[in-house]
Amino acid sequence: MLDTVLKGKQGYWGWLIFLLAIMGVGLGCYLYQFQEGLRITGMSRDVSWGFYIAQFTYLVGVAASGVMVVLPYYLHDYKAFGRITILGEFLAIAAVTMCILFIFVDLGNPVRIMNVLLYPTPNSILFWDMIVLNGYLLLNLFIGWNVLSAERKGTHYPSWVKVLIYISIPWAFSIHTVTAFLYAGLPGRHYWLSAILAARFLASAFCSGPALLLLLCLIVRKVSKFDPGKEQIRTLGGIIAYAMLLNVFFFILELFTAFYSQIPGHMHSFQFLFSGLEGHGRLAPWMWTAAGFAFVAVLLLVIPATRRKEDTLAIACVSVIIATWIDKGLGLVIGGFTPNPFGRVTDYWPTTPEILITLGVWATGFFILTVLYKMAVSIKEEVGA
Amino acid sequence: MGIDRRAFLKIAGLSTILGLGGKAAFDILAPGELEASTNAASPGAGKRWAMAIDARLVDDKVISEATSACHRHHNVPDLDSAKEEIKWIWEEDYEHSFPGHQHEFVSDDIKHAKFLLLCNHCSNPPCCRVCPTKATWQRADGIVMMDPHRCIGCRFCMAACPFGARSFNWGDPRRVTRVPELVAKNQGFPYNKDYPTRAKGVVEKCTFCVDLLEKGEQPLCMTAANKVKKGSFTFGDLSDPESPIRSLLRKRYSLRRKFELGTNPNVFYLI
Ligand code: SF4
Ligand code: SF4
Repeated sequence: MLDTVLKGKQGYWGWLIFLLAIMGVGLGCYLYQFQEGLRITGMSRDVSWGFYIAQFTYLVGVAASGVMVVLPYYLHDYKAFGRITILGEFLAIAAVTMCILFIFVDLGNPVRIMNVLLYPTPNSILFWDMIVLNGYLLLNLFIGWNVLSAERKGTHYPSWVKVLIYISIPWAFSIHTVTAFLYAGLPGRHYWLSAILAARFLASAFCSGPALLLLLCLIVRKVSKFDPGKEQIRTLGGIIAYAMLLNVFFFILELFTAFYSQIPGHMHSFQFLFSGLEGHGRLAPWMWTAAGFAFVAVLLLVIPATRRKEDTLAIACVSVIIATWIDKGLGLVIGGFTPNPFGRVTDYWPTTPEILITLGVWATGFFILTVLYKMAVSIKEEVGA
Repeated sequence: MGIDRRAFLKIAGLSTILGLGGKAAFDILAPGELEASTNAASPGAGKRWAMAIDARLVDDKVISEATSACHRHHNVPDLDSAKEEIKWIWEEDYEHSFPGHQHEFVSDDIKHAKFLLLCNHCSNPPCCRVCPTKATWQRADGIVMMDPHRCIGCRFCMAACPFGARSFNWGDPRRVTRVPELVAKNQGFPYNKDYPTRAKGVVEKCTFCVDLLEKGEQPLCMTAANKVKKGSFTFGDLSDPESPIRSLLRKRYSLRRKFELGTNPNVFYLI
């Protein structure tokens, strides 16, 4: 099937070369970080996780969201999604790969990464996260590859693949739940220490991931002869609408608990994020931007006319992605570390090399995504679906 | 006891695997059995080391002597950067040592008191619970250890410690002997040739001077502090009802940082 990857138009190669260039810059910066240590990042004793771990968290959500097309097709026999399950699975592969890379670049001692396997520690959530993430990657690789090659040959995929598909459905929920548990079980970090964190993670995953998938579907339709389908896009729009509403609702629950109870520890992180604390308010404009985009997204998604029109739906999807990315890819981690255990505020902002390494990882993910989508779409075109 | 010893060890072991925390399970299933069952092999078993610091006696001199004794013995470099700071024991005011406790009418002596903060060697340490490689772990005597040769630098333990007791080597700490601006501040580094320096990318923190305890000596901060102000520091075994620290705690009112989080800190502040 790899043959399909090697035949492409100019635009395809141009895009891949562009991504390779960014990957190269990212790799260069990573080598610098490898040499100098994580001191070249903006992280500190107080904000000891930053941009990398935040991207990781966001992308686990994107990976998990593949299940939003897989589940209706396989469990509810919703036939229309049969056309795009492969796109969901391939998106998951690219996203999990980025997750693993983000963990890797965040390690102070990456050469020792195998210690996690050499000294397995079941009481550490990170140990379980490693298992579920790698498991999810393998599941999607096996499933995607087998389903697609069967489709090309015009046969039905072997029945053991079906078993894997059923396993992959709860597995998708597990990856984001376990990732939430990384945060939600830490004493003294009030912003994270919330029973609803895993639910919030899942809700934001199930709107942001499908929103990205929907945009990808629109792009696929533009650049290829394969049309993911009007009905498919419309159903995705519905899923995104429900998930985004839940996401906003869960966030409001957090706000209520913090501000009605008036317990300082519960309010501090929110105050820091939205209005600044002790004169440190760098994140406030970002968080209000997120709130603004969330508002636009909800509006466009709730009103049936704008949800059903593809161009307004696309705007809604972009808004969902911006809002959830700021919330999870920026606010969650920095807000959780602020104020620090002494009640002080330490500023964190990613440095240029840190941002370039981050872009490098994203470019790697999109490189993988492009190649996989090229493969899927070529085969879809070939069999004339 | 309605449950035999073998069975409860099994349940306790199982609940540890399930992440419920072996110690907690022991406490519920068979209070007091933990000591007996872990005594066998591990060093210091049966003890529970703790420190009491008298806030009334801590002054600038005590602080500087105690911190420099610790940091010189353990080769803790001065990196001249708040962002990269490494510290095992350090000064903090009341408000930030006990955030949430201060109020505007607190007595003057408390408001202006100085506290020395360090790892609490918590009896129920979240840092050890989260470490994916067992690079930080708890000895039978309660001391929370760090293995800088195993640590992968994920910094999960730093997120889990609610006391800010852990420092990370963001860069190579040994550069203080090379980088001109740092050389002056670190004349003679490594100060203690018998104690290892760390490499970049690992976490470190106070060890209660476990190397000295094993030789029957006392933690260095305490020795240094007591030279300045006798009785400012007391160190001992909480499991021994006759130990000086136990009798001191019986007599004086003490605070622990963030006791409400259930980590069970073993550093007490007498006020
Ligand atoms: S003070 Fe922090 S580092 Fe020390 S034992 Fe307690 S949780 Fe662990
Ligand atoms: S940074 Fe090191 S000691 Fe801390 S949790 Fe990670 S591996 Fe364990």
